[in-house]
Amino acid sequence: MDWDVLRQYAPILLRGFGITILAWAFGTVFGMALGLVISLAQRYGARPVRWVLQAYIEVVRGTPFLVQLFVLYYGGPLVGLRLDALPAGLVGLTIYGSPYFAEIFRSGFDAVPPGQAEAARAIGMAEPAIVRRILLPLGLVSALPALVNFSIILTKETVILSVITVPELMYQVQRMSTETFRYLEANLVLALFFWGLVELISRGGRRLETRITRHLLERPGHG
Amino acid sequence: MADASSVEIRGVDKFYGSFQALSAIDLSVPPGKVTCLIGPSGSGKSTLLRCINFLEVYDSGEIRIDGRMIGYDAPGGRRMSGGALRRMRQSIGMVFQQFNLWPHMTARENVAEGLLRVRRLRRAEAMARAEAALEKVGLGDRMDNHPARLSGGQQQRVAIARAIAMEPRLMLFDEPTSALDPELVGEVLGVMKTLAGEGMTMVVVTHEMGFAAHVADRVAFMDRGELVAVDTPEAILTRPEDPRIQSFLRTFHERNSF
Repeated sequence: MDWDVLRQYAPILLRGFGITILAWAFGTVFGMALGLVISLAQRYGARPVRWVLQAYIEVVRGTPFLVQLFVLYYGGPLVGLRLDALPAGLVGLTIYGSPYFAEIFRSGFDAVPPGQAEAARAIGMAEPAIVRRILLPLGLVSALPALVNFSIILTKETVILSVITVPELMYQVQRMSTETFRYLEANLVLALFFWGLVELISRGGRRLETRITRHLLERPGHG
Repeated sequence: MADASSVEIRGVDKFYGSFQALSAIDLSVPPGKVTCLIGPSGSGKSTLLRCINFLEVYDSGEIRIDGRMIGYDAPGGRRMSGGALRRMRQSIGMVFQQFNLWPHMTARENVAEGLLRVRRLRRAEAMARAEAALEKVGLGDRMDNHPARLSGGQQQRVAIARAIAMEPRLMLFDEPTSALDPELVGEVLGVMKTLAGEGMTMVVVTHEMGFAAHVADRVAFMDRGELVAVDTPEAILTRPEDPRIQSFLRTFHERNSF
């Protein structure tokens, strides 16, 4: 192990890790938001809307992220969409994640017993209020473990942004490797950083889960 | 109950594909009276009940509440608008076999939800009315509990409070005690008796023959999607003429004897 090289590259590695976290957070937040909109539109939208969205889901899920990124970054300018590497990467991650998030939300909504919405309909509640007050909170609870899981998968997809020169952690590790030939150290740093990030997300997810299911689990209380 | 609703059901048919779940049902529910629907499982009694607030779509015939048709703008006509349907449902309370309380809300929030989102009352007033409704069903000390912390009987009483807080003129009960442990049935039937005593119009799908015998004004017997007979509890339960009712009551007595 060559600690001097690591110390020398620490600043750029940390900056790379910062961009990795930014890309992950952006892709998770906006991918989830887009996925939620897609799943609601698929549930309540007109038939043509549902067809278009289903096609979108199939295409995005059925192609490698690397190819999507190339098309967006190198193919974009051909249709007048000129994005810098980082914005292209952020948009790419959002698009890549959205169909998976949409499917997770769909199964979450499906897990809400129909009687829940029926009780709301029976007192005269309108459909938007039923979505907001009943379907969303209960669907989110069922979806949470899968949402956390996919956001963990997404951390590792960020490394692919290095191929379009986004200066995230993988990119900096490659730079360090080629400049110093310290492949082992560089990749060890990469592994450690990711392991720490994933550990943090999964712990956060578990805490969130405990918090929001607190009232939903039947406990032998004072009955 | 000054303004209890009446329900008129005329020639109602309901199909699931080619299976006819309801055949030419005629039934009058007079205001302020309790009508029990009994019959073997699969006879269509829950389906008929759910047609009354249009949770279940009937295919032909008409169901009128206080003279106003629900579900369609005229017999054989177009579906009524969502807004008009919601307005009618506001004055029809419903209690389900599985309670269907919202698990992420406390008892008080469950009861207040309709007052806030449908009646659009102010928060303080909605909460006060929710508390009054919960007091009425004997759960004044359970308002801050989530459903998971309540027994089945308590959950069903919260569900009744949720319905009556909306000040309905008609209450529909879909096997309200069938999911309860035997020792919890009494507390729910007790609340229903009180409501009946106040002159609420009630339609109750039930297997509780004791309740039908002592509380109902009229008992309707259904079998295979048909309404076989409607009469006083006495006439249906103690001296039935129709062999289908006789055989239903016989199996019922056998199941409940030691």
